[in-house]
Parts: sequence; structure tokens; C-alpha cells
Amino acid sequence: MASRTFVAARLPGFSTIAIAVFIALYLPIAMLMIYSFNAGDSIAIWDGFSFQWYERAWENDKVKEVTIRSLIIAASAASISTVAATMAALATTRKKPFRGQTGIYVAINQPLMVPEIVTAVALLIFFASVKVATGYQGLGYLILAHSAFCVPFAYLPIRARLEGMNLTLETAAADLYATPWRTFRYVTLPILAPGIVAGMMLAFVTSLDDVVITLFVKSAGQDTLPTYLLAQIRRQVTGEVNAISTVLLALTVILLTTFFLLTRKRS
Amino acid sequence: MSSDDALIEIVDVTKAFGAGERRFLALGGVNATIRKGEFFTLLGPSGCGKTTLLRLIAGFELPSSGEIRLDGQEIGHLPPFRRPVNTVFQNYALFPHMTVAQNIAFGLEMLGKPKAEIAATVERMLTLVKMTELAGRRTDQLSGGQQQRVALARALAPQPKLLLLDEPLSALDLKLRKEMQVELKRIQHETGITFIFVTHDQEEALTMSDRIAVMSRGQILQIGTPREIYAHPTNRFVADFIGETNFLRAAVKGGRAVLGPGVELPLAAGTADGEVTLAIRPEHIRLVPEGAAGALSATVGDATYFGTDSHVHLTLADGTGIVARQQTDPEGTQGPQAGAVLGVTFPPSAVQVLED
Ligand SMILES: Nc1ncnc2c1ncn2[C@@H]1O[C@H](COP(=O)(O)OP(=O)(O)OP(=O)(O)O)[C@@H](O)[C@H]1O
Ligand SMILES: [Mg+2]
Repeated sequence: MASRTFVAARLPGFSTIAIAVFIALYLPIAMLMIYSFNAGDSIAIWDGFSFQWYERAWENDKVKEVTIRSLIIAASAASISTVAATMAALATTRKKPFRGQTGIYVAINQPLMVPEIVTAVALLIFFASVKVATGYQGLGYLILAHSAFCVPFAYLPIRARLEGMNLTLETAAADLYATPWRTFRYVTLPILAPGIVAGMMLAFVTSLDDVVITLFVKSAGQDTLPTYLLAQIRRQVTGEVNAISTVLLALTVILLTTFFLLTRKRS
Repeated sequence: MSSDDALIEIVDVTKAFGAGERRFLALGGVNATIRKGEFFTLLGPSGCGKTTLLRLIAGFELPSSGEIRLDGQEIGHLPPFRRPVNTVFQNYALFPHMTVAQNIAFGLEMLGKPKAEIAATVERMLTLVKMTELAGRRTDQLSGGQQQRVALARALAPQPKLLLLDEPLSALDLKLRKEMQVELKRIQHETGITFIFVTHDQEEALTMSDRIAVMSRGQILQIGTPREIYAHPTNRFVADFIGETNFLRAAVKGGRAVLGPGVELPLAAGTADGEVTLAIRPEHIRLVPEGAAGALSATVGDATYFGTDSHVHLTLADGTGIVARQQTDPEGTQGPQAGAVLGVTFPPSAVQVLED
């Protein structure tokens, strides 16, 4: 029987293709990381090991400025979108199925489906008229835009956690004299916490590396780390870009590993 | 019937789910009075409305009509967190993010009791359910029986007036189940709290309860002590559901049930002429030689030997099949042989007239 089932791994050439894909995926990243430690100025010729690019990036005021801006935007957007996503997840799982629920589900996850460029253009046009009407030029637009497209990334892990939760626990809390608010505070929220933290981290990472929407929405002088890197690369590629990217990669890997550990089902 | 020792009065309670075409009457006019300190059991087949009645008393559902009174106060409309009633859930529903002790303390904390009192009560509850050593454990590291004890302690800690238990033992294996039956009785005795216990296991109901309510299709058919329910079932469903029973049709003439030529039984005064169904337990049927006075003649089908007794299947002259249970005699003589014709008699006191 087993020999009759279709096993993709047994197709001729499967391992060749798999290896090729992995090389295409990881070799460039490996190169990027290796050359961030290059002592020479070239990004293609190895000249010995050094931390010079990290030092230069660290001393570069512009890098500091855009990094701080990126972190502010990501932290704000992650917080806002996580609160919104938690409420959305509660509303879509804690009620009896209602008419239009699928519509709401689609609406929440819209940023995952609509091409990012469309969202970006729409936000640009919308914020342009708000800017004219209010005269406000600050970071608020970027934070709002990021919050909006981060919602589904925060929503999915929270919803998964909620759906996995035994509803009788809330009934039991009510039976033990907990008001609805206290039931939420002392039972639902603590059980949901890993999902919320995971959703927040996912939203944070998503906001941190966004380029397209940021490019469209930002005002002059509001570069974030990714748009700054993009601008740098257009001029000249230095090891500084490698160093910054490596740090960003390390941060993302740490966050995503934590996310994975949090959402993994306890055995 | 409101008496002084009544704790819970359930008056004409109905519960319908859904609306219009999909409307389903899960409880159709239930009446019951449960006394203080009683071990009261709801017994009935799956889907008869036991859980629904329990949920109405706990406050997880609201009745469609009727009243639920606790100590004379109408509580049917109160939310669960305002009722001095606690529940032991079938799947235990222990809080997974808390330790055993924290689970037990939860209700007391929500009631705003002082810290010292909470600590003392938790200690007492842990002793009561013999879980003192595991106080600091997380609940997902406990066995089924241990979770059961924690669920019980958690529900008892706030000292409710009434404890509801929805098939608390059904998830346990047989040995553990017998053990917990004894434990439950002990704990109820020690705390003096009134228990409403749900089961569809008749043996469990008979051995544990002070009184049993037998339910079927959203109705309570009979309420009584285990003895009353077993010895004097008032209708066919109860007689059939609890233990094994033989049913016989009989004509009523002048206050006597006529079962056959020369076989008559006196009935309670005022039984109208017509037809009735009689119920007789297999162990009350006597086998006598054919033609004995007052005996119905019957043909032996087959007999199944069970050690302490054997079940003899018989067919009466009118074709009705009945079962008689015969004690094994000390000499170990052969029981009735298949095809033999015998007489059967029963003491009039063992015959129940059913309502149906
Ligand atoms: N929320 C609900 N919506 C619709 N119907 C329901 C609902 N809850 C219960 N019912 C129906 O009411 C009837 C009684 O259900 P209930 O759970 O009280 O039965 P039960 O006696 O506890 O059965 P079991 O022994 O299987 O637990 C069932 O037919 C069930 O389908
Ligand atoms: Mg049930």
C-alpha cells in the first residue's frame, strides 16, 4: 500500500531542486552576513575579519535616527493593532455565528489579500486629503497605516488561541462568582496571553520591515530603517548596509523563534 | 408543596431552544422540591434534559417559563455569579493557568473573602479531598481522578447552598468510579451540603441517592427514594428503565385484575374496570408445578445460568414472554428444562399497577 501513495520526495530530481531552492534562499543571506564582517571596503572581496561596519553604522547619526523612528512606529503599530485584533478575535469567536461574519472575517484579513501597492496608493490619497484638512504632518499617518496592515498578523494567532480555549472555563468562572469583566480579566486574558504576545511580535516584525506602504505614506524626512537602506543602496553599497541588515535579521529571528515557541501546542 | 426543609423548589419550569420551526422543548413543565442536605439524583436516558435542568438551576440558561426558588427566593432570573450554587463540570473545567490551590481559592477570591480565611479554607478543602501534597501542582499534570477531586474542592470551597454535579464520574474507569462514589458520599456527609447529581447509570443512582427523579423527554416521571422507585414504579418507563421488569396486560373487573382463568389479584380500591398494565420484577415470580392453585401456566423457553441465580425465559398461554429469576438452590439441582410446562405465581404485593 505504502508504495502506491504519492510521495513528492521520491520524484526524480526532487533533491536537486530542493537543494537549489535552499541555496537560492540562504546563500545570499549567508553572503550578506559574512561580508558585514569584512575588513575591506568591497562587498565582494574578502579582506579579513572586523567589526568596522558595525562601528560605522553605530556612529552614523542618520542610522540612529531612522532606527529609532522605525522602532517607534513598529511599537505603536504593534500595540494598536494587537488591541484591535484582540477585540476582533473576541467578537468573531465568542458570539454565536451571525450573518455577515464571513464578510467581517474577510474585512479583517483584507491586508493579506489586497495587493500592498493598492493599499499604499489608497492610503496616500486618503492621508493627502487629511493632511490638507488638518495641517498635521507628524508620524501619526505612518503609525495608523502600519496599525491597519498589521491587524491580520496580530489577529490570526490570537484567534487560533481563542478557538483552542475550552469555553466551559468561562462558564466555570461565572459559576464561581466572577462577573463577566473578572472572568475576562482572570481567566480569558491569562489563557489568551501567549496568543496576544505572539500576535504582537508578528505585528512588530511586519511593521519593522515594511517598505511599500511606508514609501507612499511618509512625509519628507520620515525615513524608516528599510526605506533608508533602500535609498542608501541606490547611491552606493557599503558594508554598513550589510551590518544593519544582519542586526535586523537577528532581531527578526529572535522574535519569530519566540513566536513559534509561544504558539506551539504544549504536549 | 412548600415545606420548611425545602431548599430548591422548581415550579412548572419549561425550557425551549430555538424558535419557530426549529423550536425544541427540552423541558416541558418540570416540578420538584429538593430538601436541605439531600443527595438528589436526576436519572434518565441521554437527551432527556438532565443537563438542561442543572444549567437552569446554576444560571447558565434562563427558563422559558416557571420559577426556580432557593430558600423561598426566586433565583431563576439571576446570573450564575449571583447564585450561591456551584457546579462540578463533567470535563472538570479546571483553570489551566493556575495551580491546584489557586483553583480552589478562585471562588473565595471572587467573593472578596479575607486572605487568611481563603488560605484556611483552601487548606481544609485540600484535606477534605485528600490532595494536600499536590497543592502547588499545575492542573494539567494531574490524573483524571485527581482533577475530579480538585473540581470538587473548588466547587465546595465557597460553601454553596447547593452543589450540582453533572455526570462527574462518567470519565473515570470502573474501579476509580466506585472509589469516587464512596468519596462523594463521605464528602457530602461531612459538609452537609445539598447535592444534585446527574447520572444515566441506574446502579449509581440507586446506591448513592437519598431520592431519585426519573426523567424522560423533558419530564420528571417519578420522584422517590431508591426503594420506592424500584419497588413501586408508577409508570412503564420507570419500571423498564430501573432494573428488569415483566409487563402483563390484565382485565379489571370489580376491583380485581384478572390474569387468566382462576388467577385474580386484588387491586387498590377505586381502580375502574377496563385494562391495565401490571409490572412484576423477575425475582418475585415463583415457579410451581403446573395446575397449582392460582397459577398461570407457562412454557419454559431457555434458562441462563448466572451462578448465584438463573434467568428462566417463559411464555404464557396468551403468548406474553416473561423472565423469572431463580435463586440457585444449595443442592445444585438442575433448573427447569426447555419445553417443560410449569405454573407461575406472584405475591399480590409484588405486583405494580402502572399509570400509562
Ligand atoms: N443549546 C441548545 N440548543 C438546542 N438544543 C439543545 C441545547 N441544549 C440542549 N438541547 C437539547 O435539549 C435536549 C436535552 O439536552 P440535555 O443536554 O439536557 O440532555 P441530557 O439529559 O443531559 O443528556 P446526556 O445524558 O446525553 O447528557 C437534547 O435533545 C438537546 O439536543
Ligand atoms: Mg447531560
